[in-house]
Amino acid sequence: MSDKPENNAYWAANIRIVTWCLVIWAIVPFGFGILLQPVMPGFAFWVAQQGSILVFLAIIFFYAWRMNALDREHGVDEQ
Amino acid sequence: MDQFVLNWIFIGASFALYIGIAIWARAGSTSEFYAAGRGVHPVLNGMATGADWMSAASFISMAGLIAFVGYDNSTFLMGWTGGYVLLALMLAPYLRKFGKFTVPEFIGDRFYSPTARLVAVICLIVASITYVIGQMTGVGVAFGRFLEVDNTTGLLIGAAVVFAYAVFGGMKGVTYTQVAQYVVLITAYTIPAIFISLELTGNPIPGLGLFGNEVASGEPLLAKLDQIVTELGFAEYTTRNSDTLNMVLFTLSLMIGTAGLPHVIMRFFTVPTVADARWSAGWALVFIALLYLTAPAVGAMARLNITNQFWPEGTQGEAVSLETIETSPEYNWMLTWQKTGLLNWEDKNGDGKIQYYNDANADMQARAESSGWTGNELTKFDRDILVLANPEIANLPGWVIGLVAAGGLAAALSTAAGLLLAISSAVSHDLMKGQLTPDMSEANELLSARIAMAVAIAVATYLGLNPPGFAAQTVALAFGIAAASIFPALMMGIFSKRVNNTGAVAGMLVGLIVTVIYIFLHKGWFFIPDTNSYTDAAPLFLGIKSTSFGAVGALLNFATAILVSNATAAPPKEIQELVESVRIPRGAGAAAADH
Repeated sequence: MSDKPENNAYWAANIRIVTWCLVIWAIVPFGFGILLQPVMPGFAFWVAQQGSILVFLAIIFFYAWRMNALDREHGVDEQ
Repeated sequence: MDQFVLNWIFIGASFALYIGIAIWARAGSTSEFYAAGRGVHPVLNGMATGADWMSAASFISMAGLIAFVGYDNSTFLMGWTGGYVLLALMLAPYLRKFGKFTVPEFIGDRFYSPTARLVAVICLIVASITYVIGQMTGVGVAFGRFLEVDNTTGLLIGAAVVFAYAVFGGMKGVTYTQVAQYVVLITAYTIPAIFISLELTGNPIPGLGLFGNEVASGEPLLAKLDQIVTELGFAEYTTRNSDTLNMVLFTLSLMIGTAGLPHVIMRFFTVPTVADARWSAGWALVFIALLYLTAPAVGAMARLNITNQFWPEGTQGEAVSLETIETSPEYNWMLTWQKTGLLNWEDKNGDGKIQYYNDANADMQARAESSGWTGNELTKFDRDILVLANPEIANLPGWVIGLVAAGGLAAALSTAAGLLLAISSAVSHDLMKGQLTPDMSEANELLSARIAMAVAIAVATYLGLNPPGFAAQTVALAFGIAAASIFPALMMGIFSKRVNNTGAVAGMLVGLIVTVIYIFLHKGWFFIPDTNSYTDAAPLFLGIKSTSFGAVGALLNFATAILVSNATAAPPKEIQELVESVRIPRGAGAAAADH
């Protein structure tokens, strides 16, 4: 295992990525799908029944790709 | 060929396939029994997770709930898919790195306390049994229809099949059986949807057809649907009719609950590496999304077809006659479903026609008065029959109906088996072997696992006879319980080094107890009818329905755990080092080999 400061930098970078992903995860269904429904009913209906699912897929694949790269950058990937 | 025979050919063939695969790839050791070995490719693991996850609630029940409510029930779609983001980002890779078999094992080790492990076992059992009740409801509907018996008999036969399937046979140790079940269920779900979408909109992709134009009228399908349902006095399909707070909290409860359900989490122990655990969650959602992107189209199109069948001349014309229902082959589905007791109609005004409309609506009451109607004559339409009846309603060929029968049973059986495995491993591995009788032999461990399964099925069947709601609604309660108890403990165990044993135990107990009591106050104590003090129409606290309460329970769990932890001593150094090591992927293989 690599030394401690390096692990802390890795963990901090991970937390940043997770936070941004979760912000999008929350805004799309709750914001566009539910809260903004009175303002734009047609779009909200699409987001609630199709769009949010597609966004969730994009988030997970982005996260997997980004984290697997981050593991290598910080030398903490499985060998 | 007779439809009854055709259904059984499809159901029989699919079962033969599962049993064949189970025999071909039999689990040898307890390690394979619980975690299916660690050599499963992420794509196959994703498919198997999809089969585990998509239950009677997703397959049989969800589209029906969307069909009769519309936009408001999109919460099921967003909640049950959004949870995978939490699972992928906050749990899966770390639990894989931790490298044990069960959820209580992680909680017991991370919070260095047998009490924490015991509390986790209790949370797991309460959530899983509630979930199995929902499965039994769906199984009862499916067997009732395909054996042409009433719902109760169907439920009892279904319980016997689940029992035999889970206790003696396949189990879930065999990932490949579940891959086959996924293929059967997704084919069964999408083929009728494609047929119906082509018929109504000319678009073979149901999710696109839903937003396309109806071929018959040339108008957008959703506009047409809004028009005919409002003309019959029902709420507009595409607009919101329920309150924001409950929609948000309900969706959030389903999301957090998804990431807290033990039978789903267990799947991520089975992938080879931490990197694969991340991809696996993505692949699982791809395979789940195939059904979830289709379900809203199935719901809307079925609602349109059903309404058109009852009003063949349009909503302003004459209703369908009793004679047509009893003689026309197009209405044959009504006669077959009437036998289950889940569909019924009554010619209240004796005019020889069946008027289907919302008799609580003031405008419709005026029209009813002038037309001589005396109330809605479609007296019962159980939401759970919609998906299974859908191919018959749309007049699809007999083999499609047989395929859907096999698919519905695959969905219910795979999830019921997965949950029963989670319950039995919690009882035998965590409770008996881990705490009560540590020197138990492997044979006795498997025996206690099977006894636990049998007891769980008996309890779920008894409660399934009087379920607290439609399959998907009962399942939603299970998600609330999982959200309030399990997810917060797992998440804090990874993302906080400060939360200690006392805090975690207090948090789980507060989350579980408050949520379960809130549910029992609204749905009856132990779901026994008429023992409730409140209803979801007039809930106890801030207008929050019992189905939406899981998110509040989770918040209480987090708050309690953090407050109590800060008031007590920090976890010992070796536990803080354990958290450090769980956060770093390197060394995952070694952790797995230790066991």
